[in-house]
Amino acid sequence: MILLVAFVAALVRISVPYALAALGGTMSEKSGVVQIALEGMLLVGAFSAVVSADATGSATLGIVGGALAGGLLALVYALVVLWLSTDQIVTGVAINLLADGLTRYLLKVRYDSASNSPRVEALSIHPLVHGGELVEALTHPLVLGTIGLCFLVAFILKRTVFGLRLRAVGEHPDAARTLGVDPRRVRLFALVIGGLLAGAGGAYLAAEQRQFVSGMSAGRGYIALAAMIFGRWRVWPAVAACLLFGAAEALQIRMQTQGGLLPGWAVQMLPYVLTLVVLGVAGKGKRRGHGGGNAPAALGKSL
Amino acid sequence: MTEALGCEHVSKRYGETVANRDVSISVKKGSAHALVGENGAGKSTLMRILYGLERADEGQVRVGGEVVRPSVELSLERGVGMVHQHFMLVPTLTVAENVVLGREPRRGPLVDLKRAERELAAVAERYKLSVDPKRLVGDLSVGEAQRVEILKVLYRGARTLILDEPTAMLTPPEVDQLIAMLRGLVAGGDTVLIVTHKLGEVLALADEITVLRRGEVVDRRSTDGLSAASLGQALVGRSLPALPKRTRAIEAGERLRLADVAIDREDGTRALDGLSLTVAPGEILGVAGVEGNGQRELAAVAAGLLRPARGSVHMGGRDATRLDVAERHALGLGFVPEDRHEEGLLLDAPLWESYYLGREAAYGSSMVIPQALVVEDAAKKMATFDVRPADPWAHARGLSGGNQQKVLLLRELARRPTTLVCAQPTRGVDIGAIAEIHASLLALADEGAGILLVSAELDEIFAIADRVVVLYRGKLVLEQALGAGDDRDALRARIGGAMLGVAHT
Amino acid sequence: MKRLDRIALWLVPLLGALLVTSILIRAAGRSPAEIYRLLIIGTWGNAYGIGQVLFKATPLLFTGLSVALAQRAGLFNVGAEGQITVGAFAAGLCGAYLPAGTPALLAVPACLVCAALGGALVGVVPGWMKARRGAHEVITTIMLNFVVRAAMVGLGALVFERESVHTKPIIAGARLARLSGFVAPLRGSAANLGLVVALVVVGATVWWVERTRVGFHLRAVGAQPKVARAAGLDPARITILAFVLAGAIAGLGGANFVLGYKYYYEDGFSGGVGFVGIAVAVLGGLHPVKLIAAALLFGTLAQGALAVNAVCPKEIIDVLQAVLIIAAAVTTAAQLRAGRTSS
Repeated sequence: MILLVAFVAALVRISVPYALAALGGTMSEKSGVVQIALEGMLLVGAFSAVVSADATGSATLGIVGGALAGGLLALVYALVVLWLSTDQIVTGVAINLLADGLTRYLLKVRYDSASNSPRVEALSIHPLVHGGELVEALTHPLVLGTIGLCFLVAFILKRTVFGLRLRAVGEHPDAARTLGVDPRRVRLFALVIGGLLAGAGGAYLAAEQRQFVSGMSAGRGYIALAAMIFGRWRVWPAVAACLLFGAAEALQIRMQTQGGLLPGWAVQMLPYVLTLVVLGVAGKGKRRGHGGGNAPAALGKSL
Repeated sequence: MTEALGCEHVSKRYGETVANRDVSISVKKGSAHALVGENGAGKSTLMRILYGLERADEGQVRVGGEVVRPSVELSLERGVGMVHQHFMLVPTLTVAENVVLGREPRRGPLVDLKRAERELAAVAERYKLSVDPKRLVGDLSVGEAQRVEILKVLYRGARTLILDEPTAMLTPPEVDQLIAMLRGLVAGGDTVLIVTHKLGEVLALADEITVLRRGEVVDRRSTDGLSAASLGQALVGRSLPALPKRTRAIEAGERLRLADVAIDREDGTRALDGLSLTVAPGEILGVAGVEGNGQRELAAVAAGLLRPARGSVHMGGRDATRLDVAERHALGLGFVPEDRHEEGLLLDAPLWESYYLGREAAYGSSMVIPQALVVEDAAKKMATFDVRPADPWAHARGLSGGNQQKVLLLRELARRPTTLVCAQPTRGVDIGAIAEIHASLLALADEGAGILLVSAELDEIFAIADRVVVLYRGKLVLEQALGAGDDRDALRARIGGAMLGVAHT
Repeated sequence: MKRLDRIALWLVPLLGALLVTSILIRAAGRSPAEIYRLLIIGTWGNAYGIGQVLFKATPLLFTGLSVALAQRAGLFNVGAEGQITVGAFAAGLCGAYLPAGTPALLAVPACLVCAALGGALVGVVPGWMKARRGAHEVITTIMLNFVVRAAMVGLGALVFERESVHTKPIIAGARLARLSGFVAPLRGSAANLGLVVALVVVGATVWWVERTRVGFHLRAVGAQPKVARAAGLDPARITILAFVLAGAIAGLGGANFVLGYKYYYEDGFSGGVGFVGIAVAVLGGLHPVKLIAAALLFGTLAQGALAVNAVCPKEIIDVLQAVLIIAAAVTTAAQLRAGRTSS
């Protein structure tokens, strides 16, 4: 029982950055733009959160700073792919390399370290209710905020004017265009909002450790991408996939300390293998995209 | 009467091709105006310019008599709506969501779907265009989707409707309904500008017509006292040059036989439904029908691009049902696909590569391309077929439609086919090239090949086919031998009726 | 397109990239001109630097060629990183477990074949999934990169030397000679015969694609799959073949490190050459001269980073590299647009 509680608490904490990045990815890709740069947005979000909190002494401003950095990187990506019509994959790969290089560079420039920033205590965020592990995890402001954002993003996509236009633009930009809806503008907003979300996810990573570590996103952006595909570009299934992948990771940590059925590397592999299996099994549906059903029809196509 | 929509001296080029040259039209308020012309005459481009989706290179556009800088936003604002040839609908959204997109009734930042559905129902009621606002557009039939397209325009309060070939995919009762509805709109003072190449629709609906041919206005007149025959002449504007006489009779036997073939489309609807037909040696079998009635799938299943869900395909006396295109080549197949850009030619490669593609074995067994040999052969063939330029190193993209089609045909003829599956061989091709292409098809038949000719142009079928079958909703509804002594007008009426699913006894 | 426009198309994004990087260097209080000067003299300024550039350019030639070949078949290979990793691992194992006295004439080709097979093994997965299941290769290759990374941890546990992250050394016969043995001034640099292998593979691949029947089929499927299919080709088979070859080529790239430099497989050796290979392919395409130039450019940056490190954090060069990739993508997109409107 105690083990289970600890496990669920770990699962929740681990899943937060996945969920935020996956929400950002869903937002972006639903509008028809491939978003493989989530990894980079997590990274700049984490770095910016540390610097912002360090500079202002405020954890809140740290988180805001992280989100803004993610949004800014997404803005750069959006301007390049939407207005200069570059290849979205090439640009996404480059944005990830850029984020990696830039955070390492700035880490050295600002903190004179190749590996990590000093601990920034200002970035400490405390649970609203003190108590057991699980209670603290569930009342952590960022966890609560993430749960709220899941609802909010689902609601925006489903019910708002912006969400309707976003979905339309992702499926059939020409149809939107003939009705006076500018696909570029919609996509720009979708990408930037997606960047803000992923940036917040990075800020959470930094807040967990109260410092920035080189390359600390460690593939989480890609796992979030996998979760989004796993969830077939729908918010709640994507979040569920994040929890699943988070559970695998929590399990791995537990096993490392106690030894278990699967070695760590096998658990690490799990999200990726599962995604491959889903893509392989989904097969040639009516609608293509990344493969598998439900991909936005216009995904990846330049305007 | 005042003008609803018009343009003056509009020209538009795409690279080397001229889509519109010095076009002027004027559509009177409260009238129905038809813009007619063959495929590739520049009708769609003109519509897109008028609606503001494309910008003209030269000339000006008028809305409500006032010269404007056309844009989609302006059109929407001035009550001009457009129904596109290819549906501009989002399949994953509901009918109501599609209709209100871009002009959503709001409650704060939210879409007021209740109100949207209510408003839509009111519009639908007024124009007798019933459709369930809650259904997903992806689940609708073609006719229903068309209705949603029109509702979209009407919902925006458009008083001027531009319709680009709205009937191409509709069934005859749906066409009648649409025409009646449009007539109702015009009677109520609205304006309709319709693009079509179907003469019956023009006569049933339009007050005035403008005829476009190769991007230019060649005729404009009132439809009063106009007959289908005189309109047809205005539309085509030419009679095909005399073709060589056939030298050899059709023989007994079969080159191609389809038995009880059924094909399902990706969306689950039936494209071909128990179709059987035979093409004899030396015979040209024409396949006529309104687009979307299974012609595309017929050509694909005959060539081996599609496997039938049921039934069998025989080629050269052998069962070819499970063979792919390459394996059917060995049984004598030649295949001229319908869309030479999408399926026929390598557009950005030298012509000799397109000529060589899939025929590698004809030049020996070496795995290295015998380039000099192929280029020389291509040059020779291109010169004899008068391809311009007859340069094997030229890229296909830069050639005119007729010359592209000739290169494609050259490749397939070079296979020395005994069965040729040939779809729309002269679509968008100039007159001179049409005659040459027809002559070469006749010559091939005279050598004993069987030709399956799928064509949207009845005149083409009359000109070279020995027999015609009509496809309607995936079924053969009429079969008719063709001969020199036929009464063409009567035949045309009969075939035209069959194409629309009207049973003749 | 006018000649001037064509030059501008290259120059404007390039200057943009340098400008962005310069601003960042300035922000750190260093002089951009000084950094760029160090970058050049630290690489092309002496024989050792040149040798190191050649060494760093070698794997990029392989991964760049791999991506470019897939691109010609209409496929995007983001998986070169995983492919080169498995290729290197396979080469390392082969070299380590060959009988000690195996002559070079046998040992080197055996290791190269293993490297190619290892890469091909990773390549066939996305190829098959694309051809038969319609799964987009970008996602499957990204996922595979991580699968490979994790699998290496697992396999490493089995074969790595005690307390290390590398395999046992390869036999002497499996080593690729250093270029300094032929060109004395390159002494000290790690440039090795892997470069010659790379040039041969580049030449052979380009020749194969341009001049042979199957290469032609690959191009046709890449350019217009529907045209290829209507003419009797089997695009699915060619897709799989293209990915197997792309994987094999990337896998061969592992030889440079394992057979030519460290003489064993070491975890994390690749350092992102699979991703930089995408940049090389964007710039160079399947054109031998351009491809070599692009590999040298990014090889120069990789080596130059070390040269500037004393003055400015070397990571600035990673930034420059990323910005250059975006600049190249901008140029490519603009060329595509210009090509479309002028034809």
